[in-house]
Amino acid sequence: MIDSNVVLNGQTMAYTFYCIAILLLMGWFGLRITRKGSSNKVIPGLFYSFVGLLVILGVSLHIVTYNTIPWVEMDVNRANLTPDKTFTIVVENHKFQLPSEKMIVSCDDKVLFDVSSKDLTYGFGVFRQDNSMVFQMQVVPGHKNDILWKFEKPGVYTIRSTEYSGPKGIAMIEKDAIEVLESSSTSTNK
Amino acid sequence: MTHLIKLKRKPMNFTNTLLNGEQGLFKEKTLTPMQKLTLRFVVVGLIYYGLAVIEGMIMRLYEVAPLPTIETSQFFAIMTAHPLVGIFGSTYSIVFGAFLFLVPFLMKKPLWSFKLANWTFLLITIGTLTFWLAGFISEYAPLYTLYWPLPADFSQFSPLGGAVFIAGIALVMVGAVFFVINIFKTIVYTPEGWEKQPAGALFASAIGYDGLRNLFSKKKIKKEHLVSLPVAAIARGTIDVALNAGIILFTGVLILAYMVSALLGFDLKETAIDALLYKNWFWWGLDLIADGLVLIFVAGTWYLLAMMISGKDLFMQNIARAALLVELVVSWTVWSHHLLSDQAQPIMLKIVSGELVTAFELITQGLAFFITLATLWSARPLKMTNELKFLLGGLTGFALAVPAGIMQADMGLNRILHNTQWIIGPHVHVAVLIGLTMTLYSAIYILFPVLTNGAKLYSQKLANFHFWAHLLGGIGMGAFMGMAGLKGMLRRTLYLNGEFNLYMILAAICGTLLLLAFLAFFYNIVMSVGINGVLGIFKPSKLNKKELLPTE
Repeated sequence: MIDSNVVLNGQTMAYTFYCIAILLLMGWFGLRITRKGSSNKVIPGLFYSFVGLLVILGVSLHIVTYNTIPWVEMDVNRANLTPDKTFTIVVENHKFQLPSEKMIVSCDDKVLFDVSSKDLTYGFGVFRQDNSMVFQMQVVPGHKNDILWKFEKPGVYTIRSTEYSGPKGIAMIEKDAIEVLESSSTSTNK
Repeated sequence: MTHLIKLKRKPMNFTNTLLNGEQGLFKEKTLTPMQKLTLRFVVVGLIYYGLAVIEGMIMRLYEVAPLPTIETSQFFAIMTAHPLVGIFGSTYSIVFGAFLFLVPFLMKKPLWSFKLANWTFLLITIGTLTFWLAGFISEYAPLYTLYWPLPADFSQFSPLGGAVFIAGIALVMVGAVFFVINIFKTIVYTPEGWEKQPAGALFASAIGYDGLRNLFSKKKIKKEHLVSLPVAAIARGTIDVALNAGIILFTGVLILAYMVSALLGFDLKETAIDALLYKNWFWWGLDLIADGLVLIFVAGTWYLLAMMISGKDLFMQNIARAALLVELVVSWTVWSHHLLSDQAQPIMLKIVSGELVTAFELITQGLAFFITLATLWSARPLKMTNELKFLLGGLTGFALAVPAGIMQADMGLNRILHNTQWIIGPHVHVAVLIGLTMTLYSAIYILFPVLTNGAKLYSQKLANFHFWAHLLGGIGMGAFMGMAGLKGMLRRTLYLNGEFNLYMILAAICGTLLLLAFLAFFYNIVMSVGINGVLGIFKPSKLNKKELLPTE
């Protein structure tokens, strides 16, 4: 599975490119609107082409991400997949109750995090050492909140609540709670 | 020599201008009650906008380093009040005031009830002050999202403070209901001495039935629209205002029941309410603002501004009408994009409502964007007036913010974007500050001479500064917040070790530009109408309440 950082980099480039294009377009329009032109008429064909482009963009975004971001399909089908490891976590009184001090997994593993809340709505996010996010989900009381994930890179990861649960929630950080080891196949190859 | 004389006179002129406005042109006694009421809405809306900007700046600085005079609980109370002051205190005030004037203005008939409009003004003004004060004093801070059971978590919040807070919101909602009644009654009623108006046909035209029918009718039997497009847009957005008021009032009563019980010494069982069902209900209602009335009102305002600035008919008018109707339906069915990270939310809702219907907003808002630009283009060459440049700014804001929202409304990307600064920066703040607010500024600049009977703007240089500082400040702030979000910075929390300080300092600098832009604008308006003029707006008018503009 590709690392979520790769997806973020792709998104950053695409959106930055788009922003520059739209700012240039509006700047050009602002200049041209004050000048005389040969024709002031906008042909309906241009309008319908623009609508068609919007439809293609709106629909293709989800098709592209479904087919290129691997965690989407795994998430949708997680009930039918068998995890290699399952961690059951309870959240109560603004505190994560972890199954062990450190949850150790391998890059190969399909890991299921099953998180339940005994009181408020919280979030469950996993973060890298540089504070960037690997993934997150909401933790709603009275409901099953589970996510299946395959870590791409070995390392030590921190858990943090990603949902506001009152001022006490800012301290909901479990530093270095997950350790991801290199996959067994990679180790053997080495 | 002339310059020297001018320089010498300036101090005296300054005091005179400060008191009586630019060239003494603003005469508050010439204003009709409707003009005064609209200006009151605008003044109060701008004061609340200023309050929201100051709150925003406090939070920007706090995100760099916690301020010693403000407790963490107070910080989150500010965060709770900030969007509500901005949406209800500022935007609702300005928009409702403008539309209560524009609907009768465009339909050339008096407002149905001046008294009810006055109540709307009072309820929004007092309601906003009430919930703001309750939040400030009691530090009630469940945020506007109110995720159950947080609003009823009395281990963190005072039930009394919360009850007053919710009562303040309820006052605003009652004011909103009065606005809805007034708008629809004004569209369909028959004024005294008029020929009987076709109420049913006017209503059908206002909600867009005509436009839809015309799209599928042969040319010969296409009917004339009884209601102009901007009025139709206002009417359609007003439907979402009504539904939203119902949802928020119901939610408020529910929360109040828990608070009153706690005050009486009974604890109601929090688990009696399903947290996920509540979240669906709440977001369905809240998206009637975010994805409903804001987008519909904004599109309608763009159309009106484009027609006023260009003096031309709207490009593709029937499609614009139909798109507004589609947007209305879309706004009722998009809420699930807020629940893409809720694992218990049914997958079908995530895909259909969260992804596909939400993608329609790209289309409907894109259509409005194109139609507005095409209408302006048809009148080339145009003078780059304040209203035109702010309108272009507003269009740019939504062109940037809507795709940012569509990206996060994707199951794959939402997994790594939800609740990060990306959501609140490039999407929410760029949409609100650049898209919405610059559109409102455009409307204020174009309506200023109409509402003030020809008062003159004090300084064009200040208006130019207002434009550039607001545009660059808003886009810059959104961009730096977005960069922090892509690096993993969450919203609605604090980083106490300076993890994202580079981005937060840059965002704070851009926030300062926004504050300076607002101060320049406010100063410019005060100098245009004078302090006596501003105070005069709040004195009763002796003219006829049925008249929109003075007859002479």
